[in-house]
Amino acid sequence: MKFVAVIRQVPDGESKLKIQGNRVDLSGATLILDQMDEYAVEEALRLREKHGGEAIVVGFGPERTEEAIRTALAMGADRGIHVVYEGFADPVAVAEALAGVIREEAPTLVLTGGQQADWDSQALGAALAEALGVPVVSWTTALELEGETAKAKHDLDEGAEWVRVRLPAVFTTQQGLNEPRYPTLPGIMKAKKKEIKKVAFSGAPKVEILEESIQEKTRLQKVLDGKDPVAAAEELVRLLHEEAKVL
Amino acid sequence: MVLVVLDHDGNKLRKGSLEALTRARALAEALGGRVAGVLLAEETAPVEEALAYVETLYTATLGPYTAEKWAAGVVAAAGEMGAQAVVAPSSRQSRTYLGRVAYALKAGLLEDTLESGVEGGAVVATRYAYLNRVTQKVRSALPVVLSVKPNTTPLAEPLAAPGAVKPLEVPPVPTVEVLERVQEEKKGVSLTEADIVVTGGRGMGSAEAFRLVEEMAALLGGAVGATRAVVDAGWRPYSEQVGQTGKTVQPSLYIALGVSGAVQHLAGMNKSKYIVAVNKDPEAPIFKHADYGIVGDVHQVVPALIEAVKKLKD
Repeated sequence: MKFVAVIRQVPDGESKLKIQGNRVDLSGATLILDQMDEYAVEEALRLREKHGGEAIVVGFGPERTEEAIRTALAMGADRGIHVVYEGFADPVAVAEALAGVIREEAPTLVLTGGQQADWDSQALGAALAEALGVPVVSWTTALELEGETAKAKHDLDEGAEWVRVRLPAVFTTQQGLNEPRYPTLPGIMKAKKKEIKKVAFSGAPKVEILEESIQEKTRLQKVLDGKDPVAAAEELVRLLHEEAKVL
Repeated sequence: MVLVVLDHDGNKLRKGSLEALTRARALAEALGGRVAGVLLAEETAPVEEALAYVETLYTATLGPYTAEKWAAGVVAAAGEMGAQAVVAPSSRQSRTYLGRVAYALKAGLLEDTLESGVEGGAVVATRYAYLNRVTQKVRSALPVVLSVKPNTTPLAEPLAAPGAVKPLEVPPVPTVEVLERVQEEKKGVSLTEADIVVTGGRGMGSAEAFRLVEEMAALLGGAVGATRAVVDAGWRPYSEQVGQTGKTVQPSLYIALGVSGAVQHLAGMNKSKYIVAVNKDPEAPIFKHADYGIVGDVHQVVPALIEAVKKLKD
């Protein structure tokens, strides 16, 4: 069996972002394996441990994305494939490029994060499923293989549902599915020797970013001491009524 | 030619559908062409209500929702009318099936747009990125698939003359089999549409303590929210989760009770107009992102807040 985890490298959510020439400049940011994709890597590893076979990590992005692929290899993935592209490519264009690479591997199933921490996009898993001509299960919180099918639980807008799906299929992952493991030192050493195949991006992005700006609202940060809860509560309600005018 | 996806709950169009209609009409005017609607139903759909808004309404009854069937329905309607643009309200479901639709139509996908327009024959839009911290202006050539973030757009008015229904042929597609739905009881104001949201975090201490959060929300006519930790602990249903893996809200007033302020939570509420925090830890990151706050025990402060609001209302 082959379990594929699709990953990207993104800035850490705590990183300071700055703007250079109308675009976000990540040169000072800490870049990490997208935390949503960590659940995908972990699930691929667990499936391989339980059912045997291979866990393959497929990364998309600029040269530096190799660091995130190495992280996944250090967690325990067997080998990596890196589709290299330095510019911005929208998730639909990425899906098209990745579908070719993934189809060649004929995987049992494909996993990827439910939302990308840089583009705030949720489309990659669904677009990839369309490109592969298979079903998608989004926001998966439980996954079990049952022969040629899988049983999975996933979140909807209201509530959740259990589904059965014929494999191969694409699953998008999130917190709650599993607890991703940390790379160990021996894992990091081994990861250095594992194969990463480089593939050039062949696609034509339809979407273009024209401009980016940071508009983090300056907050008032008026913090009251709650030692006297009644006085603090009355003062807060007064501020919300008279100053903010939201009550 | 613009296709608008009309989302509904089986009986009534959702508010987001009327926002999507406004955007669809504006795009149709700028691109030249008309607007048609597509109404996909599990069993029942508000056909009469939808007909008041579009000249042509494509309908199909598809059984339990799956991303594959809904994508096939939207693609079939887009094909029938030769749509250059597909506009849909943003929801977790639409964000899944629209990814399939965009791929199938070889279209650019603009998710969760705040505003949209036409410049030089292409569609331009603004949206948030980087966990809601950055505003992007993006452009896509036609065809385009665009989703509309809730509470960004005025609601559309009905047309003078009602439209006509066109039943849609939707080809069967490989999809998931729905085994069991875990429904949640819906009560009060919808979280994504509420003007005031009162969210409880781990600091509330127990599921029982959420009655304070509920009382506060009811008193203010707002909705109850919860953090991921609270949902994982089983104290509150997933539908109330605010954050990167839950719902994104942008109310006038966001009240965070016993919430520490993790980045993933901030991503779901950091665009709120005013943020209020109550937490006993003065170092909690939430205070850096709050306009007003009280450092104190939620079990003492929240009852006092409820009394103070009651006093104000009198």
